[in-house]
Order: sequence, then structure tokens, then C-alpha cells
Amino acid sequence: MSLIHRYQSNGYNIVLDINSGCIHVVDQVTYEVLPYLEQGMNADQISEKLNDRFPEEQIRTSVAECEKLQKEGMLFTKDIYENVIDEFTNNRQTVVKALCLHIAHDCNLACRYCFAEEGEYHGRRALMSFEVGKKALDFLIANSGSRRNLEVDFFGGEPLMNWQVVKDLVKYGREQEALYNKKFRFTLTTNGVLLNDEVMEFCNKEMGNVVLSVDGRKEVHDHMRPFRKGAGSYDLVIPKFIKFAESRNQDKYYVRGTFTHYNLDFSKDVLHLADLGFKQISVEPVVAAQDEDYAIRPEDVPQIMEEYDLLAKEMIKREKEGKGFNFFHFMIDLTGGPCVYKRLSGCGSGTEYLAVTPWGDFYPCHQFVGEEEYLMGNVDEGIVKPQIQKDFSKCNVYTKPACKDCFARFYCSGGCAANAYHFQKDINGNYEIGCQLQRKRVECAIMIKAALAEE
Amino acid sequence: MMEHIKTLNTKNLQNTVKKGGCGECQTSCQSACKTSCTVGNQSCEHK
Repeated sequence: MSLIHRYQSNGYNIVLDINSGCIHVVDQVTYEVLPYLEQGMNADQISEKLNDRFPEEQIRTSVAECEKLQKEGMLFTKDIYENVIDEFTNNRQTVVKALCLHIAHDCNLACRYCFAEEGEYHGRRALMSFEVGKKALDFLIANSGSRRNLEVDFFGGEPLMNWQVVKDLVKYGREQEALYNKKFRFTLTTNGVLLNDEVMEFCNKEMGNVVLSVDGRKEVHDHMRPFRKGAGSYDLVIPKFIKFAESRNQDKYYVRGTFTHYNLDFSKDVLHLADLGFKQISVEPVVAAQDEDYAIRPEDVPQIMEEYDLLAKEMIKREKEGKGFNFFHFMIDLTGGPCVYKRLSGCGSGTEYLAVTPWGDFYPCHQFVGEEEYLMGNVDEGIVKPQIQKDFSKCNVYTKPACKDCFARFYCSGGCAANAYHFQKDINGNYEIGCQLQRKRVECAIMIKAALAEE
Repeated sequence: MMEHIKTLNTKNLQNTVKKGGCGECQTSCQSACKTSCTVGNQSCEHK
């Protein structure tokens, strides 16, 4: 396969050197030169191919510049990681560093697309007790090895339906930090229905991030996120979310929405949220079985691609006007960013990241909860099926056939194991629509950087 | 100075082979996805 990914977007010729991560914006002659160069042609041969379209001098200087980059390890870089990752996963001690605590398997909304089935996760309604939560935190500390930064997300259902336990667990966690030289980073995901000043104040003091669920325009939000009796929830939650975001100085939060087949023009929803003043926005495609009416269908993909382009262009415009905002899926760190191990081994589900049910069962992540074959253990006995942990730890971009030839493999790191499982019954599979959209988002994210680098 | 090529970043992923892998960085799903996997935008704790 090619060692570069070449594409044109918004007037830019962009070249991603896949294995080094270097990104080059090139002129038209270089854009045409590169495939020939990769085939092993020299300047004379390339010149012969292109001299009816470009001046020979241009072709030759372009080839020389490409060769310089190649020598410097910034172009046509080889993939040297496959053996490294094997060694890394074989030698790495398995530690747990993040838990998704299902603090409530219950919800005060009845969102149509909820993978938790209105909070109940194919099971019964339940609230996590302080005792179970405490054991989960103890398990995390005991299994975190030398990792100092530990993450605990209060998730649901709707975690504010069990708010006292959230507060008690934060207090307990803070007490343990000094004893074990750990640092907890608590986060909360909420639909906002029960959000009030007291919750905001507590979160602003204790939560490193809060995720506020809202889908965008009122009609879109209310259609998918109604109360159980059918009324929409937009009018109730939006003023509270605006206040909350402001109280966090527009930082360390996300308004997070889901778009579906019913709002394929989702760029309007993202911009609606931006127009309301939100600066940290994440809106994702719904992941649903193909027989659901709201599921994204293969034929929806072209329109979604166009929407991402529209959104990217609008974001550049707003950024230049001083009215920029962050869109989670267009964020890309070209200068820092994660190391190659992180990029190859993915989200850590089933290994360093586990979900805990209200009654203390462990699953590889929140999206596996209720899939009994993935029940890994519990807070009393610890991991009782280490094989599941092993299977997940072996999961990386080289074990996934669909990733091998994909230019975006170092950005999504093999994609979501739960999506792969749900669509292909194999955690080493892939979810094709998700992959197509991921590639598009990476292209847009890079194009935005190219546009803003012009200033 | 290149005439034909503007390079946006000189970071080379290969350089992280030796130093990377400490595991202190944030778990991606704890930020704002929950239904996808977005790793490329996470920060390195050792920047």
C-alpha cells in the first residue's frame, strides 16, 4: 500500500506521511509528482510523464524537495511498528487506570437511540450503592500499578439520579489519593434534567471534565431526547447547560450530541450549539443496528461527508473572525499528541479501562454492559476471566485486517471494539460506516490546520 | 526554504517508539466520545 495519503480539500493539496505523522501542504506539481516518486521513478522519468503539464524546472525542483524530505524521515516513511507493538503488549504489565462507574441504571429521559435502553442496559433498574462504588475505587487503586493518574467517570443511565453516592465517592477517592500517591480525575456525564446550582458548584470544584448531553436544534433534540411521557427536554436543560459552561469558563466540559438519520444536516446542530455560546462541542454519529429507523445508512454517508466539509469551512471562518470553537472530532494535535503505543493500542477498553455496573460487575467498557459473554469479574472477586482482558490487550491496529491499509490508523487506533463487536461479532472487526466517517474527520481536521497555518 | 512544499509539523511518530508508552495519558472514551474511538486528539502527559 501507499506510504502516503494524498487528498485535495478546500483548495489545499494535502499529503500525510502515514507512518511519521508528518503533514505537508504541496503545490499541484508536487501533488502529481508524488505517486511517480513512490513508484520508484527518477526525475527524468517523472519529467517525461509530466512535462506536457508543468515546466521541467518545476518538476525537477519538486522532486528534489521530496527527496530531501524523504532523507529526513518525513516522507515515504516505513512502518516499523508492527514488531514493536507485539513486544510492547507482551511485556506490558496490565494495569487498570480508568473506570466508567454506572452509578445509575435508570434515567429520567427516554432517548430513542440510547444504547443503554433508557438506562437499563438489557437488565434491571438499579442504583450503585456507596459500598459497591468504594470497592470499585479500591480495586482501581490496587490494580493501577505505578500509574498515578486514575480516571473515574460517573456515567449512567443518569448519574444525577444517584447524586449523593457520586459525592460520597469523590470524597472517598480524595481521601485515598494521599494514602496511595494517586491522583483521581473525576468526570461526569449528564442529561441535565436534575442539574442545579449545588451540582454545578460541586462539579466545578471536583470534576476534571463534564459531558453535557444535548443534540443541537430544539426540534432535533426534542425528537430524540424526550421525557418518558413524550415532552421534549431542550427547554429545561439548555439554560442550565449555558450557565454551567460559563461557570467553568468555557473550558473542561463538552456539550455532546448524537446525530442520526433524522438530522443528516447536523452541521446546523453543531453551529446552533456554537451560536448558543458553547466553545467545547462534540457531536457524533449514532451507532445503531441497521434496522433502527434512525440508524445511519450507507447511502447517508455522502451527505455526512459534505456536512463535515461545510462545518470545517465554517469553523475556519469563525476562527479567523475570533469566534472559534472546538469540535472534538476535528481536534488533532500535530505537534504533540499521543505516542505510537497509544495510537496503536487504542482506547484501552477491557484492559486499562473497565465499566462497573451498579451491582459491581466488570465489563470491558460501557458499551459491553449486558453482553454476558463479556462479564469479566466483579468488585468482590476482581477479574475472574483474565482471558477477556488478554483478548483485548492483543487488540491493536495490526490485528484488525481493515486497519492495515488505512491511512487513519494512527488517529483512531483501530476504532471502537464495541462497534466492531456489534457489527461483526468480533472485537478485531470494524464498523465500516464509522471508518469512512473517521477518515473524513481526520482529513477535515488536517485541512483546518493547513488553512489556519496560512495566516 | 521549500518552494513546493510547506510542512505543517516535523514531529516524527518514530521518535516516540523509545520514549512512549508510559500510559499516564487520558483514556479516550473518558473525554467525549463514548461511541467511537478518537485517540489522535489526546494529549501526551509528557509534553
